Amino acid sequence: MSAEPDYLHATRGLGSWLTTTDHKRIGILFLWTVSAALLLGGVFAILLRLELLTPGRTFVDPMTYNRFFTLHGVIMVWMFMIPSIPTSFGNFMLPIMLGAKDVAFPRLNLASWYVYLAGAAIVLTGMVLGGTDTGWTFYTPYSSKTPADVAPVVLGVFVLGVSTIITGINFIVTTHTLRARGMTWHRMPLFVWSIYATSVIQVLATPVLGMALVLVALDHALALGVFDPAAGGDPILYQHVFWFYSHPAVYIMVLPAFAVISETVCALSHKNPASYRAIAYSSVGIAFVGFLTWGHHMFVSGMSALDVGVFSVLSMLVAIFSAIKVFAWVGTMYRGSIAFRTPMAYVIAFLVLFGVGGMTGVAVATAALDVHWHDTYFIVAHFHFIMVGGTITAFLAGLHYWFPKMFGRLYPERWGLLAAALVFGGFLLTFIPQFLLGNAGMPRRYYEYPERYQALHVLSTGGSWLIGVGLAVTVVYLVWALRYGPPSGDNPWGSKGFEWLAPSPPPPHNFHETPVITHGPHEYFRPEA
Amino acid sequence: MNELMRRLLMLPEQASTIAGPLDRLHYAEFLALNLIALVLGAAGLWFLVRYRRRPGRLATPRFTYPVWLEATFIGGLLAMFLLWFVLGYRQYLGFQVPPGEAVEVYVTAKQWMWKFANAEGPSAVGVMTVPAGRPVKLILTSRDVIHSFYVPDFRIKQDAVPGRYTTVWFEAREPGRHQILCAEYCGTGHSQMPGEVVVLSGRDYDAWLAGERVTGEGDLAAFGQRVAADQGCLGCHTVNGTRGLGPTWRDLYGSTVSLTDGSRVTADEAYLTESMMDPQAKVVAGYPPVMPSYLGILEAPETAALVQFIKSIASEAARAGAPSPTASPGTSGPATSGADGGDR
Repeated sequence: MSAEPDYLHATRGLGSWLTTTDHKRIGILFLWTVSAALLLGGVFAILLRLELLTPGRTFVDPMTYNRFFTLHGVIMVWMFMIPSIPTSFGNFMLPIMLGAKDVAFPRLNLASWYVYLAGAAIVLTGMVLGGTDTGWTFYTPYSSKTPADVAPVVLGVFVLGVSTIITGINFIVTTHTLRARGMTWHRMPLFVWSIYATSVIQVLATPVLGMALVLVALDHALALGVFDPAAGGDPILYQHVFWFYSHPAVYIMVLPAFAVISETVCALSHKNPASYRAIAYSSVGIAFVGFLTWGHHMFVSGMSALDVGVFSVLSMLVAIFSAIKVFAWVGTMYRGSIAFRTPMAYVIAFLVLFGVGGMTGVAVATAALDVHWHDTYFIVAHFHFIMVGGTITAFLAGLHYWFPKMFGRLYPERWGLLAAALVFGGFLLTFIPQFLLGNAGMPRRYYEYPERYQALHVLSTGGSWLIGVGLAVTVVYLVWALRYGPPSGDNPWGSKGFEWLAPSPPPPHNFHETPVITHGPHEYFRPEA
Repeated sequence: MNELMRRLLMLPEQASTIAGPLDRLHYAEFLALNLIALVLGAAGLWFLVRYRRRPGRLATPRFTYPVWLEATFIGGLLAMFLLWFVLGYRQYLGFQVPPGEAVEVYVTAKQWMWKFANAEGPSAVGVMTVPAGRPVKLILTSRDVIHSFYVPDFRIKQDAVPGRYTTVWFEAREPGRHQILCAEYCGTGHSQMPGEVVVLSGRDYDAWLAGERVTGEGDLAAFGQRVAADQGCLGCHTVNGTRGLGPTWRDLYGSTVSLTDGSRVTADEAYLTESMMDPQAKVVAGYPPVMPSYLGILEAPETAALVQFIKSIASEAARAGAPSPTASPGTSGPATSGADGGDR
């Protein structure tokens, strides 16, 4: 332990946190807010699964159910999954990994948090007061015709998008300009590659979402009619602009998950990555090809058959990049020295969930098969496996892996493994029945359903409770560990990731001496220092 | 094999000509992907056990995979994915154009019902009557928001989009009945857009086309019941007293009904007829004003038969208490919709 106080103790008081420009503290602020969003979105998931326990009314009316799934989707997508890993671990780790003292624009970084808070406040207020019932996709013309108030919610999502763009610009500039001496591009940790690719998508795609949302708000508030056929508009145009953002947004959610998994699988296997370049370049490949696949959400919309073919084959290509990564991560474990600790448990959960999600992704990219599955529970299960399962397990892997880094303390390992088992088991129980429901023809967003589907719905609801218990347990032991956890030391994992070159928790400016990088990251074959 | 896989994956029956080939592609992808998952999972599990951390064995060798191995993996996967693209896209193209001359049905969706207009025959709400063994081409549009016409048993789905026409076709293999579901979220009644495809044999279909519906011979109430089924009335109105999207018909005739404007009206022949032809004129309190007009759809004998059918649906208690439709104390029945209204 050095004499210099760490970033948690350098200054004190709530005011010092609310006005901080330290990327680490901003990362922690984001960590708290996105975790709160995860739990809030989870509450609505539990509620809507509860309503689906019986074929008819269980405890709410259809209008309330429609609001539940809208709240669940909007909160989870825009307030948790999109900002989750980049704003928390990205903010905290990226500058340290690059050997920098902070991000390029520290004040802008703090502004990004306040903009996020403002956006979240607008969205939640708008949804509760306005009763938005459009689903998170805001499809026109329903969203322009519904009596519920849509404009404040899309405005709030717009503001959240601004926060995303600010963070993205900050990371891009930081990566280009603040790398330590000797830190070439091919010595950057894999985490940085993926976060960088994410930032590029954020900056390029989010404005398109903003544009679409503004038009929806104007359609609803002023009857502008851009997407309203009665006024000469086109509802399908909305789907194109919406998915032009929202498909890349899937990669905004899952590339940061790749970032975390690439770090943790190497550290916990104590092994160099199976192929550094394959993992790094496939992130960039996904960022690029991900822009060209949006049409696969619209195979039955009446889009031309030629478009369907083009989007189908491009979607197959993007699956290749993901497959490369999965093979590389599994291959990394080969001849390693694997510590099966909580982060590793989540890595395994990630590989299973993302693997199944990816495989079903290839299946739904097959044009003919998608016709039966489109807008059924199969799709719900598919995207919950790939992007929710992927993002949450990676978020939890990162949270447990970097908990000692951020707070200098250890959490109780047994509780960590138990919670991981609950979350993983609960996830499988919730969503495997949903694949079967989709096969059987159960459409999504149904308040009532034919009785033949009930058994699978009951299983799925039971699974949601397991996930809930797992996350509740996690909250309890992590909050306990913040105060009572035993000190972790600087590097409890024996990790060679560059962020561990700094003390844990790091001092305000990260390093006692500015590091000079002489070799790549994850080089576990080097003799122990 | 087909039947085993179909049950294992919980797929619905294969009632159209495309369902069989489509499911076989489904099985092929399912089995291939599971084989890959099994191999990868077994490898991962083996690594976890075999290379678990042991005391004193922390150093690991530098190991990267040879380029040829990476290329094989990538090339193999890419070839497989592209094969599926080709097979899937070929089938998809087959879904676009019906093979040979098709029966054409115009489908209009609205919140929350389906209307079917057969190019050669009668129109109906909620029930689409088609022949077995002949291609049927649907031309779809929507009057309000986007809906999606989905028949799981046929493996077809097509959005109905306001302001444009989309098409899809199917060929039902055998006579039978198949559920229609709306697959695109369209508001409060999204899960309650009742619809059914009734597949008739060629002979029955011709008889249906020939206008069995206007004769109305025999028992008028029984004919009315058939009209109610054909026109989709029973999708929203129940006959057993439970609440549907619209008021139940049980004990409706002769009862006193509360309307949204606060007034009350006795459900007599005139009221029932008006509610079919101009449903928005008197909307029962507690129900959304969503019923379409049947003006020009129902013919006079059918309307009469429907009224007769509604009259015939009375519980024993109501029958005993009040034979007369004119207001008497016993008939302001608890089964009328005004009593349970107000929760929407």
